[in-house]
Amino acid sequence: MDVIKSSVAGTLESSDAQVTVEPGSGALELNIESSVINQFGRQIRATVMETLDRLDVKNAKVTIVDKGALSCTLKARVEGAVFRASGYTEDDICAGKKLPWGGAIR
Amino acid sequence: MINAVGRDIPEKVLKDLNMKPFAGTYARNGEEYTKAAPKVRAWMDPKESKMVESIADVVKKCNIKDGMTISFHHHFREGDYIVNMVMEEIHKLGVKDLTICASSLGKAHNPIVPMIEDGTITNIQSSGVRGQIGEAISTGKLKGYAIMRSHGGRVRAIESGDVHIDVAFIGAPTCDCYGNMRAVGGKSDCGVLSYAYVDAQYADKVVAITDTLVPYPNIPASISQVNVDYVVVVDEIGNPAKIATGAAKPTTDVRKIMMAEYCTQFVINTPYFKDGFSYQTGVGGASIASTISLGKIMKERGIKMGLGLGGIAGPMCELLEQGLIEKIVDTQDFDLKAIESISTNPNHIEITGSEYANPMNKGAYVNQLDFVILASLEVDTHFNCNVVVDSNGMVTGAQGGHPDTAAGAKCTIVIAPLLQGRTPAICTDVTTVTTPGETVDVVITDYGVAVNPARPDLLECAKAAKLPLKTIEELRDMAYAITGEPEPIKFGDRVVGVIEARDGTIIDVVRQIKDYEWD
Repeated sequence: MDVIKSSVAGTLESSDAQVTVEPGSGALELNIESSVINQFGRQIRATVMETLDRLDVKNAKVTIVDKGALSCTLKARVEGAVFRASGYTEDDICAGKKLPWGGAIR
Repeated sequence: MINAVGRDIPEKVLKDLNMKPFAGTYARNGEEYTKAAPKVRAWMDPKESKMVESIADVVKKCNIKDGMTISFHHHFREGDYIVNMVMEEIHKLGVKDLTICASSLGKAHNPIVPMIEDGTITNIQSSGVRGQIGEAISTGKLKGYAIMRSHGGRVRAIESGDVHIDVAFIGAPTCDCYGNMRAVGGKSDCGVLSYAYVDAQYADKVVAITDTLVPYPNIPASISQVNVDYVVVVDEIGNPAKIATGAAKPTTDVRKIMMAEYCTQFVINTPYFKDGFSYQTGVGGASIASTISLGKIMKERGIKMGLGLGGIAGPMCELLEQGLIEKIVDTQDFDLKAIESISTNPNHIEITGSEYANPMNKGAYVNQLDFVILASLEVDTHFNCNVVVDSNGMVTGAQGGHPDTAAGAKCTIVIAPLLQGRTPAICTDVTTVTTPGETVDVVITDYGVAVNPARPDLLECAKAAKLPLKTIEELRDMAYAITGEPEPIKFGDRVVGVIEARDGTIIDVVRQIKDYEWD
């Protein structure tokens, strides 16, 4: 998945995470800030990396501001942000370009 | 040295503070000791006035010097102005190395942080701290130790001489010219002055600070003229809106209502639920909901509570008014309803902090409790509770009466939602032990109820109540299945605080936090 523009998904509410995806400069750059970093920092990083890998994102700047989101929430926010950043629009979906539910999006 | 709850207490800390490791909740039962006593300056001459013009003048009169211990009470809660007003004047004197011995400190006291940083304050003794003071302690800015004591433990420490207070500053909603203090009748009522009583008895110098000077004599006094040296009148001692909030609204959170229902069902299925039973609860949503639902069943079955104890909020006072409670015995008021109740209802009575919870007097009220309903940040598989340090390792709470009531009550119930955001409330080991698991009997979560295996009698009660029973390990596993297993927090080496057990031994230490390291 190519990141062609900046996008955001998620909120700064408790138990959510705000994920920002921006076009990269040749590699994957990941920044994580979390209210539960001491207890879950590595798990958050693993979840995000796994999701980016599944979406085949190789060149992007990804920023996570986590407020104690569960892994399932984190995955959904990363997926949301990446698809927005990839230029998918409602028109595309109307034109039959379906999002890959059950494929890259789980 | 490993103590009775399995925590490693460094030798250096034991030596620095001249304290022993925790050896069990009742290890010092029966021990004999001689109480400490204050130095008293006689006030024989009736022409002498106790009135002092300002706080600036009174801190000079009290002759505050380097290394002294200054005390405060926390009945004004987050609306307190006294601590900041007094410390600002003391700061101007340029004294150093002060110990603050407060019954508790909160976010209202953030302005004293620069005095921690510049060495004016080097030791803090309190039930707990919140806000920036907690951050200052956890990040190592306090040069000495923070000692966290329960309400009962603080009284014990003062009465036994573990700490000697040089000057006590006591905010009083009303006071007369000779120092008789009451907690009602003024602009900033707080209902009771229970936790300040021991300060007045044991401090060398006692200063009353009020914004409502009333005609002599201001009686019945919570704190008597015989213990007071000076009286200062200021414009405002606190912000009434933050001292007491309006009536606590019953929660609409279905999770909390469900836990409250489990709690009530459990309580009424124990043999202790009979006419004349004694009960204490907190002000959390689930606690208040369980008080309300318990009240309904008491009415149906014609069962009255003999004693309602503790920090008091509106719902308990309503039960008193409905004739469902014989006596409310009060050490702290959380809302306007409770303050109104104590000033008007003769069956709502103020007691001192020692009467409430001191473990080493000749018997405190907590020892007569049948039930206490508590909350907790974390509960572990040994039933140990943590109410002072958050799961990131930051000091951010207070012991309050948690360990006191847990040790005293026949049946200690802790209500905790299984998860607080991503943080599991039920875990393998709490970050810091404040209340030992041997005093915790039942843990109620929104995912099930666990009974301490040491109480097979209560397990039968829980079965009779048809509660969704789980082992504490099962609850932890359910939590970890949702959140993932948390990594152990990495602390720095320096011990910045100790959690003092109510008997004056060290139950756990608090270490300096450090930045998260990814690898």
